[in-house]
Amino acid sequence: MLLIHCPYCDDTLPELEFAYAGEAHIARPADPSKLSDEEWRDFLFIRTNVKGVHAERWRHIHGCGRFFNALRDTVSDRFLTTYKAGEARPDVQTLEAAE
Amino acid sequence: MTEYRVKGRGRVNTGKPVKFTFDDRTYQGFEGDTVASALLANGVHLMGRSFKYHRPRGVVTASSEEPNALVGTTRGGKGRFEPNTRATMQEIYPGLKTESQNKWPSLKFDVGAINDRLYMLFSAGFYYKTFMWPRSFWDSVYEPFIRKAAGLGKAPTEVDPDIYASRYLHCDVLVVGSGPAGIAAALTAGRAGSKVVLVDENSEMGGTLLSEPSVSIDGQPAWDWLESAFAELDRMPNVSRMTRTTAIGYYHQNMIGLVQKLTDHMADVPEGAPRERMWRVRAKEVVLAQGAIERPMVFHGNDTPGIMMSGAAQTFLNRFGVLVGKAPVMLTSHDSAWYSAFDMADAGAKVVAIVDTREDVAQALKDEAQARGIKTYLSYTATGTKGRLRVKALRVNPVRDGKVGAAHMLFCDAVLVCGGWTPSLHLFSHTKGSLHWDEEAKVYLPGRKTEDVHIAGAGRGLWGVATALEDGSKAGADAVKSLGGKAGPATYEVADDRTGTGITQKELPTDRSPGKAKAFVDFQNDVTAKDIRLAVREGMKSIEHVKRYTTNGMATDQGKLSNMNGLTIASDALGKEAPQVGLTTFRPPYTPTTFGAFAGYHKGTHFEVTRKTPIDSWAEENGAEFEPVALWRRAWYFPKAGEDMHKAVARECKATRESLGIFDASTLGKIEVSGPDATEFMNRMYTNPWTKLGVGRARYGLLLGEDGFIRDDGVIGRMRDDLFHVTTTTGGAPRVLNMMEDYLQTEWPELKVWLTSTTEEWATIALNGPNARKLLEPFVEGADISADAFPHMSVVECTVAGFPSRLFRISFTGELGFEINVPARHGKALWEKLWEAGQQYDICPYGTETMHVLRAEKGFIIVGQDTDGTVTPHDAGIGWAIGKMKPDFVGKRSLARPDIVAPGRKQLVGLLTEDPKTVLTEGAQIVDDPKQAKPMKMIGHVTSSYWSEALGRSIAMAVVEGGFDRMDQTLHVPDESGNPIPAKVTGTVFYDPAGDRLKVE
Repeated sequence: MLLIHCPYCDDTLPELEFAYAGEAHIARPADPSKLSDEEWRDFLFIRTNVKGVHAERWRHIHGCGRFFNALRDTVSDRFLTTYKAGEARPDVQTLEAAE
Repeated sequence: MTEYRVKGRGRVNTGKPVKFTFDDRTYQGFEGDTVASALLANGVHLMGRSFKYHRPRGVVTASSEEPNALVGTTRGGKGRFEPNTRATMQEIYPGLKTESQNKWPSLKFDVGAINDRLYMLFSAGFYYKTFMWPRSFWDSVYEPFIRKAAGLGKAPTEVDPDIYASRYLHCDVLVVGSGPAGIAAALTAGRAGSKVVLVDENSEMGGTLLSEPSVSIDGQPAWDWLESAFAELDRMPNVSRMTRTTAIGYYHQNMIGLVQKLTDHMADVPEGAPRERMWRVRAKEVVLAQGAIERPMVFHGNDTPGIMMSGAAQTFLNRFGVLVGKAPVMLTSHDSAWYSAFDMADAGAKVVAIVDTREDVAQALKDEAQARGIKTYLSYTATGTKGRLRVKALRVNPVRDGKVGAAHMLFCDAVLVCGGWTPSLHLFSHTKGSLHWDEEAKVYLPGRKTEDVHIAGAGRGLWGVATALEDGSKAGADAVKSLGGKAGPATYEVADDRTGTGITQKELPTDRSPGKAKAFVDFQNDVTAKDIRLAVREGMKSIEHVKRYTTNGMATDQGKLSNMNGLTIASDALGKEAPQVGLTTFRPPYTPTTFGAFAGYHKGTHFEVTRKTPIDSWAEENGAEFEPVALWRRAWYFPKAGEDMHKAVARECKATRESLGIFDASTLGKIEVSGPDATEFMNRMYTNPWTKLGVGRARYGLLLGEDGFIRDDGVIGRMRDDLFHVTTTTGGAPRVLNMMEDYLQTEWPELKVWLTSTTEEWATIALNGPNARKLLEPFVEGADISADAFPHMSVVECTVAGFPSRLFRISFTGELGFEINVPARHGKALWEKLWEAGQQYDICPYGTETMHVLRAEKGFIIVGQDTDGTVTPHDAGIGWAIGKMKPDFVGKRSLARPDIVAPGRKQLVGLLTEDPKTVLTEGAQIVDDPKQAKPMKMIGHVTSSYWSEALGRSIAMAVVEGGFDRMDQTLHVPDESGNPIPAKVTGTVFYDPAGDRLKVE
């Protein structure tokens, strides 16, 4: 069972309290009607599915209820960092240099 | 004392004899014995039959990696039977019943052993080759045969009545394995003040030291040193020790699963005591000191009972006081077997010979052998055995310049083998730590680590007690330092240590045809060296393929004895080095674990919560049958004496349509959407327009996913300008709230809206029927609910029977209907008042089944029953619920996707069977022409189907390709025996299409 840091509660807590919510940084277009069928398809269904560092959303569903973002390595399952919704994706190299 | 018990040896309590049975025969052992040691003390080596060939098998190890000596145990009472228990781990107690497995009629004479004569048929991949054709034989012949043959023990058929506990544990340092390395690690970390937990799967701690009493540490004999080490550990309040506790898996971030066996060694189990306890341990640092596993040697006949690991023989002698044979031959490529030989000779055995495959060994060993009069054969190979139920002789040959010379026989009653030692790195592998191939020792050693873990002792290829102590202490100190503490490794003075070296190899060379050799690699799955070579010849290049093709390492021991030999033989056959061939993955659990331990308390009524409404107890008292809906239990129907479901439902439907029905709708999901931007939020989430919905009015709301498919629906009332009372489906409430929160928090954080789940705040009672208003009106204060003042689709805050209420006029039945929401604590009181007053109208309580029939008669859909996640509003015939003028809402763009607007989509229609008495089966597939060739084209399926009492006939709804264009067509739906039933496509509103029944004055 993973331990996950909630950036809102500022606490590291068991995975049981959290729910996964898909890839992060996929913003809903301001006016979907302007998108072509292909663009809308990509927004709906196309995901990066990375092997390595993945930016993804989690919700502290059995805690504060907030959605937040995380960088997780999909190979090792290791969390590099978590950050609040709306914040920019942190740079991996900066993070690793800081470690 | 039995014949093979050696006086003055072992740690069993000879003052306490213990009687137990094996295959209905009573044997005597002593307190402290395992089933294996006690049987060996009685001269019994034959403990099982092999899986495929039914070959007689004896115990080969003294520990948890045992592949052969698997027995069934009965621990008293119904359901307390366990198959495949390792006889080497099961302690005996008075009254224990054990039985051998995989034999008929008896262990000594097993008819299934015919397979052994037919072994040519059962070579590697025989399943794949033999059972290919004819295809029709699969169901009738092959599968029953394979099922019958599969598995060793028989699975218990009764419910296990035992209790399984589970707990969490947090510590600084978890030490797995209590041999010298583990004890030294625990001592060092414990002395530094760390919170230490030391665990071992055996009934007592000590590991190797229990089998090596001749070593002395700091001037004390090994066993005395153990006593003082345990005493010191037990004096430290920050250290705890757990025996009979197996670390089954190593998970992320240093979480380790432990299974502690609590009562399987007890004759009298305390009432209510749990049988096992699963510990979920979160350790800051982990020390793995799991030692090494002795490797068998691969030669013809190496599975004959009486052949076992030399280290096991040493353990049986020194720990249990049992000589496994009186005239053993040692067969080895490692020094450790020489020491076993010396111990056995010193305990009175006549050691026939030490056969070593190496060209030379240390002079000191040869001297010691000579001093004991033991013959030694260096640079020899073993090529066969005599004896079937017990080994009688070992056939050995000299090997000179790679050539195998003439054979001769060494007559004996046991062959004790050591093909080197494999570091036990299973738990380390669970962490995906990399393994590094050590070319010289031909073993895998721990490489790069992914967790805060330290490996100590034989687990990283080190040998000898002094080295293990030193390395363990260093691991303990390293763990403390990682935690930010201070600790210096302790030093230990060790005398009479038995250090040694050895080599490992592929199967032993032979002077006979290797193609005829039954040289076993995996004892439990009956895989031979020949099978592995055959797999390579047939194109298996990766060890993962070899494993699956031959089943090597796939038995319950997960290849603890066989994997390395299998790899060595496969890499030899491929002409590659072992690391190029790869290594199969070790997975949890380390040893077979009961389902009970995993389930813990989560069984029976504790499996998941049962949500009950405030009115549930009334339903129970009034004889309701219940059905589960999501986590809720809901009243299904209220049968009267002698009624089945169909009769009860017909009566409930009739009563509701003719007069008055009362229904507990409290499980409906309820969400309050409030705040200045509530209307805008609702406009964006739901398909419908909300801006113009006045306060006091209600509307059917439809929720789509962004993909345009229906996710949920429910009636939504506007309580104030800035407050909506949203209802959802019973099962959908958490999903809908989650989806709303997602959009609100991440897409539209600028909206000032608050979302609150109020499902359990309100009890909801639905009154339906022509007399609904007559019953309700006298109870209502603060609102006029007459037909004109309170039209259909209205909501008002008032009191009902004095209880504050949100009262809706809505209908899910097509009758005049009200839904009364009162605070949950008043729900049952209101229900009882309505029930009492309703007697004048013959009020009828109805359950979910009647609710389903009544709504289906009106063509109202149930999301998740009539829709399945691929149904759009248009497909479901409710396109009217879409706000055409709205610029955007969740899912709107998708309604214009090419696939969604394409013709031929499955659409929701009604189906009326030609024979009105026939009720279609829900879920049944639909074809347009039942005479077409198979496989027929299926064009849809039945989603809802009921007997309609009001219409006196059956009704059904279905999704059908191009359904809206098929009106009045006759389609065909099979019944449960496959006969096609003709049914005509219709609209979905079967009853009162004009809606006149809502208009009750």
